[in-house]
Amino acid sequence: MIIDLILLILMTLFTMWAVMAKSLLKAVIGLAFTSAALAIVMFKLNSPFAAVFELSVCTGLITAVFISAITFAKPLTSEEINETTRDRIKRYWPLPVLMIAVMAVLFIIRLPGFFRVASVVTPGEVRDILWNTRQLDLIGQVVVLLAGVFGVIMLFKGASKDE
Amino acid sequence: MSSALINLLWTYIVFIALVLVAGLYYMLVTRNLMRVLIGMEILMKAVTLLIILFGYLTGNSEFTQAVVIVVIVIEVVVVAITAGVILNIFRKNDSLDAREIRNLKG
Repeated sequence: MIIDLILLILMTLFTMWAVMAKSLLKAVIGLAFTSAALAIVMFKLNSPFAAVFELSVCTGLITAVFISAITFAKPLTSEEINETTRDRIKRYWPLPVLMIAVMAVLFIIRLPGFFRVASVVTPGEVRDILWNTRQLDLIGQVVVLLAGVFGVIMLFKGASKDE
Repeated sequence: MSSALINLLWTYIVFIALVLVAGLYYMLVTRNLMRVLIGMEILMKAVTLLIILFGYLTGNSEFTQAVVIVVIVIEVVVVAITAGVILNIFRKNDSLDAREIRNLKG
């Protein structure tokens, strides 16, 4: 339970870092650390396959996509940085207060019987479920991936024509 | 459910709620399109953890893992496409600020 708590606190702190970071690159790195902490939590919750997926895809691939997208944007001038910093402090100071309030409310209204978890156990391993029980999901994944590839091609084709 | 499980569930629920609040606030307050996408990713992390948590509590980890794998694949495609759209917007407007995108307005 202590390890769970430490991991959850770490995950929340990394999320806060991603949200409060001034530079976009630091925000993306914060997001990657959040994903890594989440992967460890998943491993603790008896979900190793999902943890490996989270670690490789979300921590690795999505971070790479974000960083490659950020490299296209031009850096801010020192004047813009000063202006943005003032603006950010004004916009983001309520967030820690809001988070503390949400935490306090949730601890106060702690309802033991609030969640009644019905146990409907699906037999089989992950691969059985993925290949046999949830075949439609697999077809959906293939369609989504193809649509994604097609979409990216169309987006960059349009961009190169404009240039 | 035993009291130990309820304690575990409630601790996780509190932190998931915190991450959800942070992601939602980020999406609502920021004007940078790339940061909106990061906010969406943060929301996805909270939802993924919630799915995994209930799989663990109900003894259905295998099923929820299969669902989470599908969610992650969809997440990657959404991020790739949205990043492409944001880059195209940046090329056209020379800015990532949502206030300056008025091409479709009115």
